[in-house]
Amino acid sequence: MKKVKRIVSMVLMIGMFSGTALSATEIHWWHAFKGRLGTLLAEQVDQFNAAQSDYKVIQNRKGNYSETLNAGIAAFRAKKHPHILMVFEVGTATMMAAKGAIKPMYKVMSEAGVKFDPDGFIGPVKGYYTTTTGEMLSMPYNSSTPVLWVNRDAFKKAGLNPDMDLSTWQKVGAALDKLKSSGNKCPLTTAWQSWVHLENLSAYHNVAFATKENGFAGMDTELVFNGPVQIKHIQAMGNWAKEGKFIYAGRRNEGGKAFRAGECALYTESSAGYAGIKKNAEFDFEIRHLPYWEGVKGAPQNTIIGGSSLWVLSGHSTKEYRGVAAFLSFLSSPVIQAAWHQNTGYLPVTLVASQKTKKSGFYDSNPGTDIAGIQMTRKTPTSVSKGLRLGSFDQIRGMIDEELESVWSGKKTAKSALNNAVKRGNVLLRRFESSNR
Amino acid sequence: MEKRVYFKGWFLPALLITPQLLITAVFFFYPAGTAIWWSLFNPDPFGLSTKFVGFANFDYLFADSYYKESFYTTAIFSSLVTLFSMGIALYLAVLADRLIKGAGIYQTLLIWPYAVAPAIAGILWMFLFDTQTGLISWYLGLLGYDWNHLLNETEAMGLVIVASTWSRVSYNFLFFLAGLQAIPRAIIEAAAIDGARFWRRFWTIIFPLLSPTTFFLVVMNIVYAFFDTFGVIHTITKGGPGQSTTILVYKVYSDGFVGLDLGSSAAQSVILLIIVGLLTILQFKFVEKKVHY
Amino acid sequence: MVENRGLNYWLTHVGLSFGVLVLFFPLWLAFVASTVTNSEVIHPPMPLWPGDQFFVNYGRALIEGDSGQTSASVARMLLNTVTVALGIAVGKIVISFTSAFAIVYFRFPARKFFFWIIFLTLMLPVEVRILPTYEVVAGFGMLNTYSGLIFPLIASATATFLFRQFFMTVPDEIVEAARIDGARPMQFFIDILIPISRTNIAALFLIMFIYGWNQYLWPLLMTTDPSMNTIIMGVEQMIGGQDDVTPWPVVMAASMMAMLPPIIVVISMQNLFIRGLTDSDK
Repeated sequence: MKKVKRIVSMVLMIGMFSGTALSATEIHWWHAFKGRLGTLLAEQVDQFNAAQSDYKVIQNRKGNYSETLNAGIAAFRAKKHPHILMVFEVGTATMMAAKGAIKPMYKVMSEAGVKFDPDGFIGPVKGYYTTTTGEMLSMPYNSSTPVLWVNRDAFKKAGLNPDMDLSTWQKVGAALDKLKSSGNKCPLTTAWQSWVHLENLSAYHNVAFATKENGFAGMDTELVFNGPVQIKHIQAMGNWAKEGKFIYAGRRNEGGKAFRAGECALYTESSAGYAGIKKNAEFDFEIRHLPYWEGVKGAPQNTIIGGSSLWVLSGHSTKEYRGVAAFLSFLSSPVIQAAWHQNTGYLPVTLVASQKTKKSGFYDSNPGTDIAGIQMTRKTPTSVSKGLRLGSFDQIRGMIDEELESVWSGKKTAKSALNNAVKRGNVLLRRFESSNR
Repeated sequence: MEKRVYFKGWFLPALLITPQLLITAVFFFYPAGTAIWWSLFNPDPFGLSTKFVGFANFDYLFADSYYKESFYTTAIFSSLVTLFSMGIALYLAVLADRLIKGAGIYQTLLIWPYAVAPAIAGILWMFLFDTQTGLISWYLGLLGYDWNHLLNETEAMGLVIVASTWSRVSYNFLFFLAGLQAIPRAIIEAAAIDGARFWRRFWTIIFPLLSPTTFFLVVMNIVYAFFDTFGVIHTITKGGPGQSTTILVYKVYSDGFVGLDLGSSAAQSVILLIIVGLLTILQFKFVEKKVHY
Repeated sequence: MVENRGLNYWLTHVGLSFGVLVLFFPLWLAFVASTVTNSEVIHPPMPLWPGDQFFVNYGRALIEGDSGQTSASVARMLLNTVTVALGIAVGKIVISFTSAFAIVYFRFPARKFFFWIIFLTLMLPVEVRILPTYEVVAGFGMLNTYSGLIFPLIASATATFLFRQFFMTVPDEIVEAARIDGARPMQFFIDILIPISRTNIAALFLIMFIYGWNQYLWPLLMTTDPSMNTIIMGVEQMIGGQDDVTPWPVVMAASMMAMLPPIIVVISMQNLFIRGLTDSDK
């Protein structure tokens, strides 16, 4: 009798298990990608869903980066939040400060018993999303770094050797003079001015952007990007703008339009601009390292990343977190990462993916696509070149944009604009600190 | 003013008025009250902790020179949009009113921009003035004028004013035309006897008669410029360059939804609430007057 | 009044025609841009006369939106917009018509108070209470729903006020006669009040439809699910994007489709529309 009971209960249990297996646990992922990137992302999800039947990942685009973060926050307040939220790199401090709202990635992985090695990620990428005590809080998804895009045809037209050395801003400056005097209407343009020309400039020249290791070591950090190196660079850019050598096209990546149309000779933009430029450019283009100022001690150090990482939000069931862990580990697998890197121009965020790409001969047939990776990894990041962790940074970037615009238009000198940006930004940092204490 | 004849009972009217009361209570009074309440706190975006700060949010705002500048920007923007859209509309309405035949056709040809959403109007004008590919900016370039509303604050302001005016002219035109047509023809004809002096007579005789319409339109246009132009600004300049086109309502949005600073954003909402409240009282006085005519 | 000849007459026409042309110019260029290739648009100057890509661009906009997988098609967004605009128009008319009826034709406790409560909402737009409203809507689980898009936008009293004003002008004798005939309040409401108000209702319907159609900020914040996007915000979202190229001809085709329905409504029902406009705002 006892035996029968046991068999019955076993059968029931099996039935229950298979029942749950039939209705796969849903994992919701909110992201900010559309167009080509959105399609590639959707393919990753489809691949994961097809490969197993326990979990079903549902992806949803929630607008641009800011809107996606807002949607996640609003949904969290209403207790209707997804499991995984894509947050751009400037939102990192906001997410870290919201301790009750997030479930750190290392915890998700260890609780689910999924093997996970943070050291598999390349240094600067790992550093950006890891606490000073070495705990990785979110999963790097798309990461890029700024590089210099060159329109070789425009150089030839201006009587310049397209193979000329453009490794320093001094040499770029000389090329701009020549381009301008030969009648080029757009010698240099840029995307994401604050990211390229202040945040990366600081790291690349090994000078601090903010105190307390750029905010990594504490919320009581203060902005200090009004030092001599930054002032020198912004003033040079401002002078170029006045002389018509640097053409400002907008706060985001609006400059890409003119570069892809062949009007601009040089363009500082994320390495992720690759897909769009390759598809649209009807000219010979080339990727170069971001220039640095010769004579600055320690330059070139390394550049820092931009892009987004995936945050796991709190308040879901253990079973769902197991699915999240499985999905995140799938995303960081070498095959997925290598394909993502090769298709988009984003960095290979894991070492294995990078080696795999190299072995496949991708860099030989697509020259220049390894530049970004090299630029980021050739030196060990220092305390001021591993990244930024600043609260309200989206808004601070807005202020920096405003102040830089006043330099480009000649209304302010670089010094007064940067001083002002630092002053305004610090007020926000203090507000952030007080609301998160 | 009350009806002398009415129905009795309280249950039926209570039932009839309930949907409206419920909706206004839930979606109007409660949120407006919450905005006032929030303005006294400095909450973190996720709602994990809220700290009472008294009037610190207001102190913070008034110490912020950019907030004060935003008032100035709003004042310039709304008065110019009001002035231009009403001026052009009045001019067109007077011309249309002078025609014996054909006013209706012009009305049809002038009325349609009202139906275009401000956000779309913004897209249309941004497209024309795009610094790289815009048609008008390209032709300006040929004439030697380097149009760049991304850096030039005056041009940016000019562009959002043009787009906002464009989408508002029809509304004002309709009201002015209706106002003009309500004026006895004899007065208009007397003013129109001598074409050359028409405009002088217009200002001394006809325009004063239009003053109720004009006053009403001033208030409505200010409200329009304060709020409905959000779409124009969001699509064309996003408040820039600098903060030169950041009007008050845009700042509520950008501080609250981009900056995630809910306390400051709520405090700004309260200030806007007070401003619009004052405008409402002004408008109400006018409305009541109209009713008693 | 000018004579049908002479300099003044022609100057009047010239002035008006100039105004008409200036107003039309952006619309014309948007139309032209929606019929050419992207390359013709981004290499200035763009053509001034329509090209041959009409069907390609409109087809792409209608079916794909800006891309296949992550954004709603224009067809879907148009459907959403029509639903929301109709919901706002009908919803607002229903609640304000009934409440105006209660306020004007009954004497009940606190009637004045209710009138003032409703009247207070007359001009405060949704923008100044937008964040808390978001919380409320989220609390009801109405994010990304039609009701979430509609309710906050009908929470104001403009229409109630309009109907109140109109009911005041209805002669008392009509109510008296109805009462003598033994009509119950609801009979009076249905048999008499609705029929005599139908022009006002229709006019108000048009105004509210356009108002609902053109909403931008609220749907932008509220709908984070692409399948709930409305056309106005959808068109804006097609512009730019991470490392993407704006497909201008498709954007302009979508803009044309976002503009044309309300324009057609306004022009074809002009007189009703003007009546609604001048009545409801005064």
